[in-house]
Amino acid sequence: MASTVLTPPHHYLNDGYGVKSWLLTRDHKRIALLYLASVTLFFFIGGAFAVLMRLELATPVGDLVTDDTYNKLFTMHGVMMVFFFLIPAIPAVLGNFLVPIMIGAKDLAFPKLNLASWYIYVVGGLFTLYALVAGGVDTGWTFYAPFSTVSSTTQVIPTAVGIFITGFSSILTGLNFIVTIHRMRAPGMTWFRMPLFLWSTYATSLINVLGTPVIAITVLLVGAERLFHFGFFDPRVGGDPVLFQHLFWFYSHPAVYIMVLPAMGVISELVAAGCRKPVFGYPFVAFASLAIAVLGFLVWGHHMFVAGESVYSALIFSILSFLVAIPSAVKVFNWTATMYRGSVSWQTPMLYAYGFIGLFTIGGLTGLFVAALGVDVHVTDTYFVVAHFHYIMVGGTIMGYLGGLHYWWPKISGRLYNESLAKLSAGVIFIGFNLTFFPQFVLGYLGMPRRYHAYPPEFQVLNVLSSAGASILGVGYLLPMVYLMWSLRYGRLASSNPWGAVGLEWTTTSPPPTENFAETPTVTWEAYDYQSSPAEGQVA
Amino acid sequence: MPDGHGAIAHHPALAHQFDDLGQQKEAATLGMWAFLITEILFFGGMFLLYSVYRSMYPAAFAAASHEMIVWAGTLNTCVLITSSLTMALAVHAAQTDNRRLLVLFLVATMALGTVFLGVKAFEYYTEFSEHHLPGPGFHFGEEAYAKQAQIFFSLYFMMTGLHALHMIIGLGVMTVMLWMSLRGRITPEYYTPIEVSGLYWHFVDIVWIFLFPLLYLIGRHLHG
Repeated sequence: MASTVLTPPHHYLNDGYGVKSWLLTRDHKRIALLYLASVTLFFFIGGAFAVLMRLELATPVGDLVTDDTYNKLFTMHGVMMVFFFLIPAIPAVLGNFLVPIMIGAKDLAFPKLNLASWYIYVVGGLFTLYALVAGGVDTGWTFYAPFSTVSSTTQVIPTAVGIFITGFSSILTGLNFIVTIHRMRAPGMTWFRMPLFLWSTYATSLINVLGTPVIAITVLLVGAERLFHFGFFDPRVGGDPVLFQHLFWFYSHPAVYIMVLPAMGVISELVAAGCRKPVFGYPFVAFASLAIAVLGFLVWGHHMFVAGESVYSALIFSILSFLVAIPSAVKVFNWTATMYRGSVSWQTPMLYAYGFIGLFTIGGLTGLFVAALGVDVHVTDTYFVVAHFHYIMVGGTIMGYLGGLHYWWPKISGRLYNESLAKLSAGVIFIGFNLTFFPQFVLGYLGMPRRYHAYPPEFQVLNVLSSAGASILGVGYLLPMVYLMWSLRYGRLASSNPWGAVGLEWTTTSPPPTENFAETPTVTWEAYDYQSSPAEGQVA
Repeated sequence: MPDGHGAIAHHPALAHQFDDLGQQKEAATLGMWAFLITEILFFGGMFLLYSVYRSMYPAAFAAASHEMIVWAGTLNTCVLITSSLTMALAVHAAQTDNRRLLVLFLVATMALGTVFLGVKAFEYYTEFSEHHLPGPGFHFGEEAYAKQAQIFFSLYFMMTGLHALHMIIGLGVMTVMLWMSLRGRITPEYYTPIEVSGLYWHFVDIVWIFLFPLLYLIGRHLHG
């Protein structure tokens, strides 16, 4: 490798050491690490609830926890994972670290606001943790009225407050990215020279800015209805509970794309670097991100096919849901076409990319099953739906997140991790994931409903398989935690460009200096220019 | 880009991540517009609820709307529109380097905002004492509409309450602007904070322009 520059004397990690230098930092890279620590914490809390659920479901009778406790387990699992891990994970960790570097800027447009976003996230998280300690919530992460507004006696308000507050963290991060991408690009960095990760981050930010305020007002209305006995969703005074579902899914369906679009952006980077080729059909992949963001706002009604929606609405929402498959498939086909005749790598980041493409395809195609009206009536509220969205959220988002974390880890930390262990854990995660969730497709199709702590004995074999898979998956998630931490101290030093990849982030040192570049770069090459890129020469 | 702007490039208000004040201003303005779009969707959720329930229960909404204190709402509308004028004049004063007028108009804007909140508080007090706050103590004169009128008043308190909260935040922002103006931080080269806060103030004003007819006026004539 031509790049021999190892750890530079001054970089963002040794620019101040005290607690204050971290908690009051305005450096987007340090804020990314603050997020990394906090989303990892919430991931393992959310994961602990999943462990308890899978333990309970190993036997058909409810023997480990009561039904009420089980209701709280799946609620807290959903709330923690969706609002405090999946939504912030890639944008707030990898996005924060990479957006300014990838466009050749010194920082985001609003560094103080960026730090404020992290504090807002933490305060929202503390409310939710309080709700957990004070007894938990049992409404499901969907908070359907009137159960959440009238009947439930659990900690709905602290959780709602936590979600409300955390929402502003997403909004402000999205706003920061939009302004940064519009106004802070280095000379020569045109829109169509940007890495595809930025296109998908941009699309995600649009959803954050347009969708998140709607969930904010929705949970606020639920809170107000509980506190003051307002009647927005209360049938006793003429309110309509289904209206709550409309408001909730108007955000929460696009939220699925908040989770998966950034992962798609990561995969585009990994595939280009792993095949040493430009991503096939760059503009199509870029516009597919925007198309997914736009279409994502038009399909929320498919969550209410069995909630008394009119046949005509249901038909339209069904057709629109099918349309989302087109830009999603464009991406999958283009990544595959990129690999065609590429010099395909088998290093860890690429393993995650392969995993993502396969699992996302299964998750996406089963999405078409549930978008079809007839099939949906059969599988609504069964494990089929649970399996479907876990293929997207875990198989898609977490695979993308881990792949990206491995790919940029040398840049973030300046160290290399243990490649064999990393490959091993990628394999363990892939096997564990499929063993956990594939049986759930079958269970759901056979009619096992979700959100129950007990089930008929004939479902036990598949449930035991799923629980066994979950324990393998758990090991797979703990491994990277261990060897990545280990690498911080004992890993070999990374060069500026350990993958021999192109992109501005690989032209600066590992780890980068606080101001990212010694001088503002001028971009004269196209994205993923593996034929004539100056990247190799520049860093030597 | 980094060089060549001479004195402006080294302006004390220039943040380290920007090349020049022009870029900084563009970023701040775009950021505020993006935030206002977020705000539109935030209020949009309540406007949706209002539209749905108004079309479901037009008679009850007309009856409940009849209970609003129209003169107070009208007065507040005038007060708020005038405050938007003084806000716009404050931006103009900042552009033309007239610090005395800038301070004067900012104070006028804040005073009008406070009057608005005072009138609103009077209205809330009246509605509380007439038992129009939804919940167990709710009372509505016309029995036929007693239930659905609760939805109207739920929406009324939620929408105007959140609007009032935005006004209070606006007053806080204006306090900072006043402090910056008195300290001489606002100059014709750098008046971005005033302009961006002005955008926010106008937005809060516009929300009221929609709330006033929806809550106070529409359907009044249908009822008594």
